[in-house]
Amino acid sequence: MSVLVLAEIDNGALSPVTARIVAAAAQLGKVDLLVAGPAAAAENATWIEGVDRVLVSTAGMVPADALARLLAGLAGNYSSIAAAASTLGKDVMPRLAALLDIQPVTDIVAIAGPGRFVRPIYAGNALATLTDGQERHVLSFRASSFAPAGRAASPAQMEMIEAPIASAAQLIASHRNDSDSPDLAVAQIVVAGGVSVGSAAGFKLVEALGATLGAAIGATRAAVDAGYAPNDWQVGQTGKIIAPDLYIAVGISGALQHLAGIQGAKKIIAINQDAEAPIVKIADLTLIGDLFEIVPQLTAALEKAGFGR
Amino acid sequence: MKTLVAVKRVVDHNVRIRVRPDGSGVETNGVRMSMNPFCKHAVEAAVQLAEAGQTDEIVVVSIGPKASNDVILTALAMGAHRGILIETDEALETLAIAKLLAKIVAEEQPGLVLLGKQAVDDDSNHVGQMLAALTGRPQATFASAIAIDGSEIEVTREVDYGRETLRLPLPAVVTADLRLNTPRNAALPMVMKARSKPLAVRPAADLGVDLAPRLRVEKVSPPPERAQGRTVQSVSELAAIIAEDVNAMEAL
Repeated sequence: MSVLVLAEIDNGALSPVTARIVAAAAQLGKVDLLVAGPAAAAENATWIEGVDRVLVSTAGMVPADALARLLAGLAGNYSSIAAAASTLGKDVMPRLAALLDIQPVTDIVAIAGPGRFVRPIYAGNALATLTDGQERHVLSFRASSFAPAGRAASPAQMEMIEAPIASAAQLIASHRNDSDSPDLAVAQIVVAGGVSVGSAAGFKLVEALGATLGAAIGATRAAVDAGYAPNDWQVGQTGKIIAPDLYIAVGISGALQHLAGIQGAKKIIAINQDAEAPIVKIADLTLIGDLFEIVPQLTAALEKAGFGR
Repeated sequence: MKTLVAVKRVVDHNVRIRVRPDGSGVETNGVRMSMNPFCKHAVEAAVQLAEAGQTDEIVVVSIGPKASNDVILTALAMGAHRGILIETDEALETLAIAKLLAKIVAEEQPGLVLLGKQAVDDDSNHVGQMLAALTGRPQATFASAIAIDGSEIEVTREVDYGRETLRLPLPAVVTADLRLNTPRNAALPMVMKARSKPLAVRPAADLGVDLAPRLRVEKVSPPPERAQGRTVQSVSELAAIIAEDVNAMEAL
């Protein structure tokens, strides 16, 4: 009973998400990790605890059709094939599942037992517990729901895969939103802004508070649509699902779609003008007032307390 | 070129859902239903292609109970040309849905298949990718821009790190992200006209697809409730609490 895990690569490096997916998959059996990326990323992957072998395909990140075919070619040796519920995992795993004639279980937030998985439905407003009695499983795990695997005492073995990778699709451009703040998906602290910040300039207040705390920056769909923040900062049902230790929501009313993205947060702090806003109902702590006064004061107070970077 | 669009009837995304007390699922009786929002983006994209002269026929297909005619009519009112309802009262898994759609793709031979990126009820985000695999076509998921260029389509995708642009040979499968467009509201004359457009009804059982579920839903439960929060009165009090929390984190 072993598991093949597709490693998550970000900008040519091994993403910290991978260690979380390995930890989840290790509950199901021995883990082999497929790194479709540079040798340096694969070398880092050999040090994740619980990884038995690292398979390396240096063809790099390739479109879903080719990656699904590569995984399908390896699938015969494994009882489960798993990935992160990232845009990569979402793109590839259903395609792989259809190639193997398997109904996948995706976005898993908990493993309830052998072949028993918990996944959220209806934007996280309900949790479904499923039994997957199929002979083999195609799975994706929500990274923020699993603690990362530790560092191994000795590195796992590396093996090169020489399979040719051809895709009908051709990557012609990519645009990365560079930011020096931590990765939203795995950040311990997230500061997020809603449409109430009023402008891109207003959003800078949120970013300044985030920088002070060394936090990742998030945004609501409305703030993204209004052009205050880039798309890949969107937190919610159709954006990123996060589970930080501390989530600070600035000027966010708390639409169902957004709340779906933050339900896993350990502590939620809301800074809001409206005491009746839905976010206030689920927040652990709320400060009611004008964010344009509160946020700069809060940033200054935290800087004074020694959190300035 | 013909474009096929798949649409799903779901609990309206503004409805606050209720889990049935017996854990058998989410209450859907007497609840407002509508077209899945992402399917609307897919229909709108197809209609815009038709308006630009890049597709001559839009066929819209839905799989579900008789009532799913509603969402097909909505798509027809938005500008689709004809509809197909694959009728079933069973709640089908995504693999079965993709197999049924693959049958329709084989019959209709569309140059482009458009779907939403996910349905807001099961949140699966599977069907477009599965359909692409089953029909051997390339895929572009989470599309925020599309442009047809002769026998190819260029698709900008929303990905975790930003955006990327793929060029795919047609025929291809594309799933719509919410930034692809702003779906139109059908004007009343279009709604009236939709009723006279062709709509074929096909029983799902007649398509020769194994529809038996592979997974068993043990139970559906509400998410754990969060403890009652409290309000703080001043910025300094909030700053002190945040500082304490962050220090505790770093001690880990």
